[in-house]
Amino acid sequence: MIHTCLIALLSHWLHKPLQLVAFIAGLAMATGLWSGVQAINTEARASYDAAANTLGEGQYDQLRPRTGTIVPLADYVALRRAGWQVSPVSEARVGDVRLVGIDPLTAPEGLGSTTSLDVQTAPETGPRIFANAETARQLSETLDVQIDNAIAPGLAIGDISEVQKFLGRDHLTRLIILPEQPLNQPDLSSIAPNLQRVASSQTADIAQLTDSFHLNLTAFGLLSFVVGLFIVNSTIGLAFEQRRGMIRTMRALGVPLRNLIILIAAEMLLLAMIGALLGIALGYVIAALLLPDVAATLRGLYGAQITGALQFRAEWWLSGLALALIGTGIAFASRAVQIARMPVLASARPRAWAMVNATRLRLQLFVALALLVIAGILALTVDGLLGGFVLLGFMLLGAALLFPVLADRVMTLIEARNRTPIWAWFWADTRQQLPGLSLALMALLLAVSANIGVATMVSSFRLTFVGFLDQRLAPELYVQAESPAQSLMLENFLQKRGLETLPLLAGEAQIAGQNVRLLGIRVAPTYRDNWRFLDAAPDVWDKIAAQQGVILNEQFARRADLWVGSVVEIAPGTALPVLGVVGDYGNPNAQANLSEDLIKRLFPGTYAQRYGIRTDDPAALQQDITETLRIPASAMIDQEQLKTASLDTFERTFLVTAALNVLTLGVAAFAILMSLLTLADIRLPQLAPVWALGFTRRQLGRLELLRAVALAGLVFCFAVPLGLALAWVLLAIVNVAAFGWRLPMFLFPYEYAALGLYALVAAAIAAAWPVSRLMRTPPSALLQVFSHER
Amino acid sequence: MNVRMLAVLCILPFAAVAQGFSGLGTTADGFTAPAPNPVFDFPRDHGPHPDYRIEWWYITANLTDADGTDYGLQWTLFRSALEPNETAGWDSPQVWFAHAAITTPGLHLSTERFARGGIGQAGVTAAPFHAWIDEWALLGPDFDTLSLNAQGPDFGYSMALKANGPLVFHGEDGFSVKSAEGQASYYYSQPFYQIEGTITLPSGPIAVRGDAWLDREWSSQPLSDNQSGWDWFSISFQDENKLMGFRLRQTDGSFYTSATWIAADGTTTPYPDGAFTATPLNSHRVAGRDVPVGWHVSLPDRDVDVTVTAMNPDAWMDLSVPYWEGPVTVKDKSSGTPVGRGYLEMTGYE
Repeated sequence: MIHTCLIALLSHWLHKPLQLVAFIAGLAMATGLWSGVQAINTEARASYDAAANTLGEGQYDQLRPRTGTIVPLADYVALRRAGWQVSPVSEARVGDVRLVGIDPLTAPEGLGSTTSLDVQTAPETGPRIFANAETARQLSETLDVQIDNAIAPGLAIGDISEVQKFLGRDHLTRLIILPEQPLNQPDLSSIAPNLQRVASSQTADIAQLTDSFHLNLTAFGLLSFVVGLFIVNSTIGLAFEQRRGMIRTMRALGVPLRNLIILIAAEMLLLAMIGALLGIALGYVIAALLLPDVAATLRGLYGAQITGALQFRAEWWLSGLALALIGTGIAFASRAVQIARMPVLASARPRAWAMVNATRLRLQLFVALALLVIAGILALTVDGLLGGFVLLGFMLLGAALLFPVLADRVMTLIEARNRTPIWAWFWADTRQQLPGLSLALMALLLAVSANIGVATMVSSFRLTFVGFLDQRLAPELYVQAESPAQSLMLENFLQKRGLETLPLLAGEAQIAGQNVRLLGIRVAPTYRDNWRFLDAAPDVWDKIAAQQGVILNEQFARRADLWVGSVVEIAPGTALPVLGVVGDYGNPNAQANLSEDLIKRLFPGTYAQRYGIRTDDPAALQQDITETLRIPASAMIDQEQLKTASLDTFERTFLVTAALNVLTLGVAAFAILMSLLTLADIRLPQLAPVWALGFTRRQLGRLELLRAVALAGLVFCFAVPLGLALAWVLLAIVNVAAFGWRLPMFLFPYEYAALGLYALVAAAIAAAWPVSRLMRTPPSALLQVFSHER
Repeated sequence: MNVRMLAVLCILPFAAVAQGFSGLGTTADGFTAPAPNPVFDFPRDHGPHPDYRIEWWYITANLTDADGTDYGLQWTLFRSALEPNETAGWDSPQVWFAHAAITTPGLHLSTERFARGGIGQAGVTAAPFHAWIDEWALLGPDFDTLSLNAQGPDFGYSMALKANGPLVFHGEDGFSVKSAEGQASYYYSQPFYQIEGTITLPSGPIAVRGDAWLDREWSSQPLSDNQSGWDWFSISFQDENKLMGFRLRQTDGSFYTSATWIAADGTTTPYPDGAFTATPLNSHRVAGRDVPVGWHVSLPDRDVDVTVTAMNPDAWMDLSVPYWEGPVTVKDKSSGTPVGRGYLEMTGYE
């Protein structure tokens, strides 16, 4: 019996292959986008972990220079000979690769890749520098390395002697403090006063920094998943409605309710598995395509290295599978309850599900309004990334639920104003179709408003960022100085030529529990003319020049809640007021700007490592500097190059967002196509009488097309305000939490109009197929309607 | 084998084909090999010999506190070379490592240090004598007057040593043969140190005094291919005579032995293979191995027929290169009366 029942249930999909496709494809897309995003996140986290493990960052406290970037070898030896168990690390950038030299003799156990230190893989000859295959390729022209794929991407690690030889230097970058120290040791300050201890948690902030980025991706993945689930839900609903007759017949024939529900559950599970597995495969493809861009973004924005190669990890494909099954399960559960409650001999009216709609709409309106009220309250109170996303969730869900209710009202209004029979019928019929299409329309609404919101955010960001770059990158040429001597030489050279010279001196400080980059600047007309403050005290530049305060960047000001008037301690015993807060887009780090003289006084030995120079002819100056001072061209970059590089980073940052956006829109269009296709079948009984009254199939087809476009237009009208609200949340809450800066919101009506046009075209294309099928429906099929159920 | 060990072996090239104890049985390409009839030049020879592959400065001491409790102390600085030369900077082929330990009747504490040559973190100068790695040091104006210190996370010591006898040379005037195939090392000792100072245990500092024995040995291939480890004894008899004897275990089950009898005035008598015997009496399970901690030791030519018993059988040096090393008590075999004390080192019990 079970076999027969199963065959009977499955036969439905044979008759309605489109529903089957909609079910499986919907689930596959939902799972695909979700697991693709998760695959990217998992890969990135694995990379951070690998890096942290290889370098011991986050595990061990470290000693770093108070100023500058150099730990003299003598300091290391002095510390060891005083009883400090420290291990040297020498680090440098070789192109995009981070080259790290460690001393396996003194390094804590587990530091470095174990395989690179393994007897079997470490031959007696050859280089003792190791990197994974991808990194080795990047280094192939400069450095001979051995391949060890356990090493984190973008990292080459080697014996310190080899690394120092390659870098041609003696000094170190930092010292790792081993967890076990001997009984007695003198104070750090009595041996190496220029070094400071940095606690382990403060060094491993890549994962924290990038958290916001990954949460962004996750949110997008979840949005796509929800849109996909709408498809699944509507398909399951439709399949159940159409099988009411069959289910009633089977029950009447004596199939126990329990068996029937178990069988349907098994059927759903099977289909969900197929959909989910296809989705996981799709997710892999999506992730593999997007990963290189994500990697570039993370490198550009946070300096985090992640691998460009994707691995098939259980974490992400299991989560995709689980979500797909749970989603299907939820959609199925409510239907199962309906089947259980359905009287055995209930009439199998195919449109019964649409008729109960009136009461359901009222309930939906209530829920939608409740959600929107909560969203409104959240918008006024919440801050932080998670809060921002919860707010987005309430807002989008509330709006999506509200949409069918509003659309119903709009249709009623239009219907009342159209007295001609054909248009009265058209609007009434459109309204009648709303319940069947509502899930697909909600999906489209979410996708379009997400597009509007994200486009607004990205474009606002771009406008602000480009303006910011123009102000901030005023100097025409930037030169890097390698040593104090070179710095001094450069300064004299530039002074002699009478050029406006803007030296930058770097230091580090702990302020309000955060690692802060201190930048010493020389107050000059360029700063006065170009810096735009978000908040500033009067005569800010004069006071900075007089060493009477500091300027914080926005992200630091927000994170530490320090504004003009607050006092910060930038060095032991030196507390200064905050004189200004300045926008600093694209920089993940906290930064405080102060006078050049002040930083020299606080950190003796600091020198200008970088110079910005105002000149009319940067190319000539660059050549002059190379020839006179023997500073290589590689130590210089002109304004144009720097701007291009910055903008490039920016564009790549949002490439992934844009790609996900397009994919979400695609899923929504697919939802509409599937809904229209399935509706087309069951709408024949509505269309047949109109045809019988003298309408041609062609005229009917045109009306159907018009209906799809009209509905899409309605969705778009609703999506614009929703999208703008979304943009506001993104700019005012999510971005502030994720990046630390708040951007002004600009409006882009032309972009929205174009997007509206796309939505209409997408709807028309989605409707084209069902419409062409309608136009080709043989008259006999239309006639049959009258001999069937009516 | 732990990761640190791998690290060491990665740098020490002989590790890839480790044979014998820590690969001491491999051949010595490019390194100078010890030759018979050595002429030592002091104080220069107290310093390092970079053209030999392996070298050590090895101190063991039997100590007693005011309450009469016995303690053992060890301090060893090893030099191991990748190439037979020394250069300044990180590129130095000289690797230094050191072991320190304190043994009490119920406790054995040990720790180790590693360093590369060439950067000043570790090294030895002959005059004034100064052997150091990190903050550990053995130093003094001359080899007869030295101070010694070392510390770990849970113990430490600071001692003063004063020699009241001459250096003694093992084998043929310091040329100590280690196998029938002729493997050998240069080997001399200063077994006449009086030592006093403070040891620090987890329970606190304790003032101690006693006698110490310093071994100096360097070679390029001290073990033969078929030798897997050694059992080394240094015994100070109550009658002021001293005995150094070792037994090299060979893979075919046989032994190669050697011994030096040191009279109270420092005159020595070397004994060739077979004269000295050491036979395990009972073993003890430590660190997952069975290690002989009771021995029957005899040198019939000197009427030596004694039992040697570990003061603390758990004196396992659980370090990158693991071995057993600890103080022993020496009793007459037949009567059981105490006749001396000393140190026992057993390697190769993998």
